[in-house]
Amino acid sequence: MRLFDPHIHMTSRTTDDYEAMRAAGIRALVEPAFWLGQPRTSPASFLDYFDSLLGWEPFRAAQYGIAHHCTLALNPKEANDPRCTPVLDELPRYLVKDQVVAVGEIGYDSMTPAEDKALATQLQLAADHGLPALVHTPHRDKLAGLCRTLDVVRESALPLDRVLVDHLNETTVKEAKDSGCWLGFSVYPDTKMDERRMVEILRAHGPEKVLVNSAADWGRSDPLKTRAVADLMLAEGFTEDDVDQVLWRNPVAFYGLSGRLNLDIAQPEATHEGNSLARGGE
Amino acid sequence: MTSLHRDRAAHPPARAAKEHTVTHSAVAAAPSLDALREHLDTHLDPAARQWYRQALAEAADHPGGHGPISAWELRLAEAGRRCGSRHADAARVLILHAARADAVALTRVYRQGTADERRAVLLALPHLVPGPDALPLAEDALRTNDTRLIAAAVGPYAARHLDTHGWRHAVLKCLFTGVPVDEVAALDERAHGDAELARMLADFAAERTAADRPVPGGLHRVLALATAPSRKES
Repeated sequence: MRLFDPHIHMTSRTTDDYEAMRAAGIRALVEPAFWLGQPRTSPASFLDYFDSLLGWEPFRAAQYGIAHHCTLALNPKEANDPRCTPVLDELPRYLVKDQVVAVGEIGYDSMTPAEDKALATQLQLAADHGLPALVHTPHRDKLAGLCRTLDVVRESALPLDRVLVDHLNETTVKEAKDSGCWLGFSVYPDTKMDERRMVEILRAHGPEKVLVNSAADWGRSDPLKTRAVADLMLAEGFTEDDVDQVLWRNPVAFYGLSGRLNLDIAQPEATHEGNSLARGGE
Repeated sequence: MTSLHRDRAAHPPARAAKEHTVTHSAVAAAPSLDALREHLDTHLDPAARQWYRQALAEAADHPGGHGPISAWELRLAEAGRRCGSRHADAARVLILHAARADAVALTRVYRQGTADERRAVLLALPHLVPGPDALPLAEDALRTNDTRLIAAAVGPYAARHLDTHGWRHAVLKCLFTGVPVDEVAALDERAHGDAELARMLADFAAERTAADRPVPGGLHRVLALATAPSRKES
């Protein structure tokens, strides 16, 4: 079984997680830039974070035989802090990099005018750089947030079929599917979606354009939730081809829209043998 | 190992440019620019070859900046997806050379680059920077734990310009992080008869042995060099 986690924040995870993910069948992942839990106070903090997503984190992933790509953006929450918004001016020089496969996470948190501006600006940046966009839907007032998100996308230069709307659930899946967007679901231990509800949604709406992720981060989350969904799909009568479509081919197709997806990473490099990390650094 | 490194074995070491801060004779092993060109001409598919030749011509014609970022820096960023990750090192080194990037430009590209771009800058240093101005970039790479960067940092440029203390620690770091000592340029010349390096290596071997952990294979080779009679004394 080959699995692709299309949304996971590995910066917050340990090498044990990488090892377990590889053993569970995860061969590729995308790490979207997001909030770190502790608010940032300057663009420089973002730049160091972006550099890490383009340098150190792919190196860590490669040692466990996992292809690492990222999406970069000013996230919706910090779009409200004027100390952070100048990072929008720095994004163009980052969006040309090889491993950047989308602009994201963008979208709404509290649906403020500052978030409107950041979302519209970054949808334009995605169009300008030939990139799709990963759009976070808000945790609070989700359906209204999704509708407003789709309206802004429709007014943008980015076609709806180059947009993945994420963190969907039973209340938002129909509106999102009718729009023609790609559909993202985050499976969590006790919030967002769980495996059983995910399988029911797949049964009701089909596997087309559906991506399932763990969205694992620094909170209570589980980097093996993609495997858990795959296992339950098989147990509930879905075929191996269905599993491969949802958990490999769909994320490859969506992020492949960037023309930058490089899955040519087979085995951990022999000369590393994990030792520079297993040691815990110097 | 990158294609650039694989090429190294196929081409004779080039005599390093005149050295600046160190008194030893640095013999530098690095793939020549001609070898890189030949590699790309042989291995790139037609579309990638056309892109790469266009990128070189553009960098040669417009080495300066236009707007916030120069065209050749954009080409540098996209070289991986255009040429394939196996050939990106060679393409990037040649773009940097075509643009006649100096220490200032290389420093900017390194600081704003991905790990892959940073590696290309490190590999390009011996071809582009005659003096020690870009040494902080090699030192930065040697502070990381990214073995791809460490391997690129211990090339001919570091052999020529790193001071004795820094060079000894670079060798030790290679052994420590699993970078093959074959990556260290001018290893024979700089390690030869270095009693302090020999002490550091022996201590490291003792620490590993005490912990019942294996001593890296390359250590004994470097130790043999370092304990050889000094040429000055012979």
